[in-house]
Amino acid sequence: MSKALDMITRVRGVRGAMLVSAEDGLVVAEQLMEGIKGGAVAALAASLAGRLRRAMDAAGTGTSVFWHLQAEQGALLVVPGGEAAGSLLVVAVTEPDVNIGLVRLELLRVAETAV
Amino acid sequence: MADDIRALSAQLAQDPQSLVFLRLGEALRRKGQLEAALRVAMNGLERHPHLADAHDLYARILTDKHNYERAFDEWDMAVRIAPHHTGALKGLAFLYFKVGDIEQAEAHLAAAKRVAPDDPSIDQAIAMMRKGVGPPSPTPSPAPEPATTAASSTAAVSSSGFDEARVFAGLEGANEGLLLVDGAGRVLGGALRDASGADVTDSVAAYLAGVSQEAARTAKLLGLGAWNGLSAEGQHGNVHLAHPTPEALLLVVRERGMPLGRLAILAQRATIMAQRWLERQ
Repeated sequence: MSKALDMITRVRGVRGAMLVSAEDGLVVAEQLMEGIKGGAVAALAASLAGRLRRAMDAAGTGTSVFWHLQAEQGALLVVPGGEAAGSLLVVAVTEPDVNIGLVRLELLRVAETAV
Repeated sequence: MADDIRALSAQLAQDPQSLVFLRLGEALRRKGQLEAALRVAMNGLERHPHLADAHDLYARILTDKHNYERAFDEWDMAVRIAPHHTGALKGLAFLYFKVGDIEQAEAHLAAAKRVAPDDPSIDQAIAMMRKGVGPPSPTPSPAPEPATTAASSTAAVSSSGFDEARVFAGLEGANEGLLLVDGAGRVLGGALRDASGADVTDSVAAYLAGVSQEAARTAKLLGLGAWNGLSAEGQHGNVHLAHPTPEALLLVVRERGMPLGRLAILAQRATIMAQRWLERQ
């Protein structure tokens, strides 16, 4: 799993990648730069994913396949692994000027192959 | 008119590179054959992408089709190519008026007036706007326009600058797919419908406050600073959440086919409109 996360962290501007349990917000696997608290990322990403899922269900857009929180000093990108994968989230924490499209592709690839 | 169209079509068929597509497209538009006019304009644009008149024609057809967002882009492009294009300046003034931005509408009409001081239609548009009636669409279509025309927007604009239902007037899909709510999840403007056509405005609004709080908490605790947007791709549609002011949230929902990048641009425009509306309240 750590090798799969390599694919994400190799992208310039990615500060860390993780596999997170969507149900309880616990870390399943992680590869993070120093200073990033894996436990906090996992818990917050899972909580936000849950709230977003409910809002998207209500809006009729279906389950999210990718989401992206943009902030002043960075971003959080997430691909939910789906039910077959035991509700895992593939998560990346990035710098603000990262290539979002590339990170998205790597997250989706990891979700398909490793999750 | 039909003869004109036949003759112009024949000319264009003989010389596809000629600029006769401009007259043909306009003739079709005036006759209300908007799909045919659109095809002619698009083919012309493919051959003459840097011709301001081609963008102007395309924008007029889009306006007749009530696709104001794309019409704005086309007139904007025409002005970038030819800053003194009076048709495009008048078109932009018309669209600015429609969304209640009187200042910009006046500025564009004034710019058109500087270019063509003897054009009576510009004076007429300025006079109409000052009376609160609104400038006419640059070259009006004979087909009657339904609810979202300048005439109907006038009532909303003249009373208080904007009314709630018109917060997003002029934006593509403004009445279904844009939602402005306050921090407590109360709807300020816009509406949402799901795929079956059911109104889901209130239920989505209620969830948004929670999403926003969680987004703010997440960005803050991860040391990412203030959050400024949340985009998501769903199985059946894409969404973008922004906050025009610290107390308000804006949700844009579109079909799956709209890429997230384009959705973010649309959300940016809607955010500016929402900010202006909120400032006036």
